[in-house]
Amino acid sequence: MKQKHKTNGLSRRDLIKCGLLAAGGVSIIEPHQLLAKPIPLKAKAKSVIQIWMWGGPCHLDTFDPKPEAGEDYTGPLNKPIATNVDGIRIGQLLPMLAKQADKYSIIRSMTHGINGHETASYRVQTGHEPGRLVYPCAGAVVSLFKGYKHGYKGVVPPYIVLTRPQGRFSEAGFLGPKHKPFSTGGDPNQNPFVVEGIIARGVSDKRQQARRELLGKLDTLGQTMGDNEQFDQFDQAQDEAYKMMLGDARKLFDLNTEKADVRDRYGRNTFGQSCLMARRLVEHGVPYITINYNGWDTHKQHFQIMDRKLPEMDRGFATLLEDLSQRGLLDSTIVWWGGEFGRGPKVQWAPPWNGGRSHYGKCFCSVLAGGGFKGGNVVGKSSENGTEVAERPVYPEDLIGSLYTQLGIDPDGPLPNPRGLDLKVMAAKSADSRLKEIM
Amino acid sequence: MVKICRLNAHSGLRMLVILLSFTVLAAGRLQAATAYPFDISGRPKPQNQIDNLVMASLKQQNIAPANLCADAVFIRRVYLDVTGTLPAPEEVRKFLENPRPEKRKMLIKSLLKKPEYADYWTLKWCDLLRVKAEFPINLWPNAVQAYHRWIHDAMSSNMPYDQFARELLTASGSNFRVPQVNFYRAIQGKEPSTIAHAVGLTLMGTRLENWPDDKQKQMEVFFSRVAYKGTAEWKEEIIYLDPTPTDTIKATFPDGKTVRISPDQDPRVVFADWLITADNPYFARNIVNRLWSWLLGRGLIHEPDDIRPDNKSVHPQVLAFLEKELVKSNYDLQHVMTLILNSRTYQQSSVPQTDNPKAEELFACYPVRQLDAEVLIDALCWISGTRERYSSPIPEPFTFIPEEHRTINLADGSITSQFLEMFGRPSRDTGLESERSQKPTDTQRRHMLNSTHIQTKIERSWRLKQVMRSARGNREKLIKDLYLLVLSRYPTKEELAAVEEYAKTPGINSTQAAVDVTWALMNSKEFLYRH
Repeated sequence: MKQKHKTNGLSRRDLIKCGLLAAGGVSIIEPHQLLAKPIPLKAKAKSVIQIWMWGGPCHLDTFDPKPEAGEDYTGPLNKPIATNVDGIRIGQLLPMLAKQADKYSIIRSMTHGINGHETASYRVQTGHEPGRLVYPCAGAVVSLFKGYKHGYKGVVPPYIVLTRPQGRFSEAGFLGPKHKPFSTGGDPNQNPFVVEGIIARGVSDKRQQARRELLGKLDTLGQTMGDNEQFDQFDQAQDEAYKMMLGDARKLFDLNTEKADVRDRYGRNTFGQSCLMARRLVEHGVPYITINYNGWDTHKQHFQIMDRKLPEMDRGFATLLEDLSQRGLLDSTIVWWGGEFGRGPKVQWAPPWNGGRSHYGKCFCSVLAGGGFKGGNVVGKSSENGTEVAERPVYPEDLIGSLYTQLGIDPDGPLPNPRGLDLKVMAAKSADSRLKEIM
Repeated sequence: MVKICRLNAHSGLRMLVILLSFTVLAAGRLQAATAYPFDISGRPKPQNQIDNLVMASLKQQNIAPANLCADAVFIRRVYLDVTGTLPAPEEVRKFLENPRPEKRKMLIKSLLKKPEYADYWTLKWCDLLRVKAEFPINLWPNAVQAYHRWIHDAMSSNMPYDQFARELLTASGSNFRVPQVNFYRAIQGKEPSTIAHAVGLTLMGTRLENWPDDKQKQMEVFFSRVAYKGTAEWKEEIIYLDPTPTDTIKATFPDGKTVRISPDQDPRVVFADWLITADNPYFARNIVNRLWSWLLGRGLIHEPDDIRPDNKSVHPQVLAFLEKELVKSNYDLQHVMTLILNSRTYQQSSVPQTDNPKAEELFACYPVRQLDAEVLIDALCWISGTRERYSSPIPEPFTFIPEEHRTINLADGSITSQFLEMFGRPSRDTGLESERSQKPTDTQRRHMLNSTHIQTKIERSWRLKQVMRSARGNREKLIKDLYLLVLSRYPTKEELAAVEEYAKTPGINSTQAAVDVTWALMNSKEFLYRH
């Protein structure tokens, strides 16, 4: 596949059909095919921080409280609190977020109807229904349109996951492994934050250099082979790797350079420090950061877990919004909070759940802040007890399409793909279904 | 370092230049004979019909084949290609000392009987057949285990390939109890067109989207009566022949022959019986080309799952020969593998003797390629004497994975592993061969060079400690044993000297030096690639 594909107005598909193009259906896309056209829209946002509520957080206990629905729905969390925006109340365990409500908008009518983690995760992160193709998730698409080929110059990859990948579906989909996220591993709440491949314990720079020289001397096969395309690529990748290992990337991940009180404000826990890390990555220009925040699949002991986790989430998320805003970064940074679905509005009191909440894809909520999205708004409405969408259903593709628009990626533009199919970046559910209210 | 000399052939001087370049090459090889442990020079001698055909074809194109690979290269290569594992140092030592001329043949025979052969080839099939508990295939753990076990049994018993394909295509029943029906379950979509695409890709090596529309439609007919229903058991599904009465169906096979399918016949069976006939143009070609590609890194027709009239075999007669051999042997896959493995073509060095850029494509040398992710982690675990822990969050039943299992044994493509994904494990979404990525990335390099994961493996390795202990301060023995352990060969003089020198680096003690040498060998291309 060394030849350049000159298409002269014919699409790749046409050429394949006529048998003119030999590379019938390569699955791993070559870089030149992925050079998507210059971004046509004016970008308001430069970066996205996605707080992925892995497992599915309950909408009633967070951003869509229903105190009037009774204890069977609210459990003990029946006293929502006012926010700094008139008329918006949120869950009682989120007091710090209540003071930042002017910065974010709540979508209370998210829906897709899927109750399985894996399919719902795919649905929410890609905006697509399952089908013959496996689509890339938003982070992979953003890394395609805003990555190194489009002016990104960071010392770390353009799509970063803190700290573990979720799995369950392939993030990069048909875009191939190049667009997989770089997941840091380690724990930013530990000292040092061991970022796999960048910061290792116990090997000094001097030894690292000595090893590198040794490695060069022992590369007998490489030296014997002479020119070999694969080995050349290997050497290039290795040079890149050393650049990052010995260069500025380490400073970027060194949270000790932050003041202690800043670290305290975010919360001395993995999530809080991940939020702080995400802010540092945004300052560095990284276009897409996912914080995989797990532990929300609460079939049992739901309310005990909420008592423990919601304050942690409240602190990290609220401090992130405040800090971004104080640093003038919120206008260019989208913060997207949400999971694959909500949780059953009706509490399951009976055994074996004994006060748990099930999976619920019919109605849930998401939060969007910054990057051109207006704060202090509520989009859509759920029914009295949160079981149905009452007004203005919002599907994942509408949220993602809106997010792309803010980033200057035309959601109606073409999405390059290995089969040369005529695909859109993110088609809207219906005309006017994107989130104009808050854009 | 001496590099192979590159001379540009000008039309008038072509012969002279070729002669000259051979002279230079020979001189270069002589000089380097001690330094390069990878091949054995000498006149290429064909070992079987494959070599006769490949060498004739190369000669026609004026391309010199590579030398025969060295014994140490061969044992490592054939272990990796047949069993997905490394040879133990003891095996290597014995093999190198064995004077019998037929020792390669004997090794091939014994490897095909090893349990790891079945493990590794099951892994390959599970990629194509998309064996995966979760999205987008959603077989769930029960069916994954049943399907994997069936494939594994087929590999270890060397089930005739026509039977293997026929059972996949024609089985009916519960996907927990009749594992073969998962062929249909593991297709994304239940429409006849989606099934036809998957059948074409998997068993015919061809992509239906490149076919004319009417021919695609004709093939769909054979899968128009596949029906699915759930049961009371969670996630179980039954695949069966739709009992809705039909008229006789007039159908056309992909080769243009027509057939009338009566209402009491299962169209899938009619299709399967057409597919596995001896003169079917698609069936044998697909599998022998895949076998070739699985052993030699690329197909005679490449990509191996993109067979179409305008994508030609680089050595058409070789393909035709292997097809005949497969049919003649009653679809014995190991017979074809044995032929390939015993050929000089397979046993060539990866160091080319030509500067023709098409050397790899034409099999004028053995194509180098990165180890599969699963094979790599198994090799790292083996050398370090450590284990990887795999677990699956997917209910139900939860999958229990014994720690002593090799990674090539993992049945379920949904099991999350950052390492495996980083090193190109396929996502098992499409069944395309190209889903498995063998391209080096900087993330991979960083992980190997500088991760706690790898560093800990080396530092905690009991096997390494054992090697150090048994060397009893004899540094040359230590270095030799490390080379045997990691690279399956002895070091050259130059390498010994380089390591000796490294051990004298100020501030690095002898244990650190041994760790660093192991680290360097594990990071060498020679370790990370099949070669």
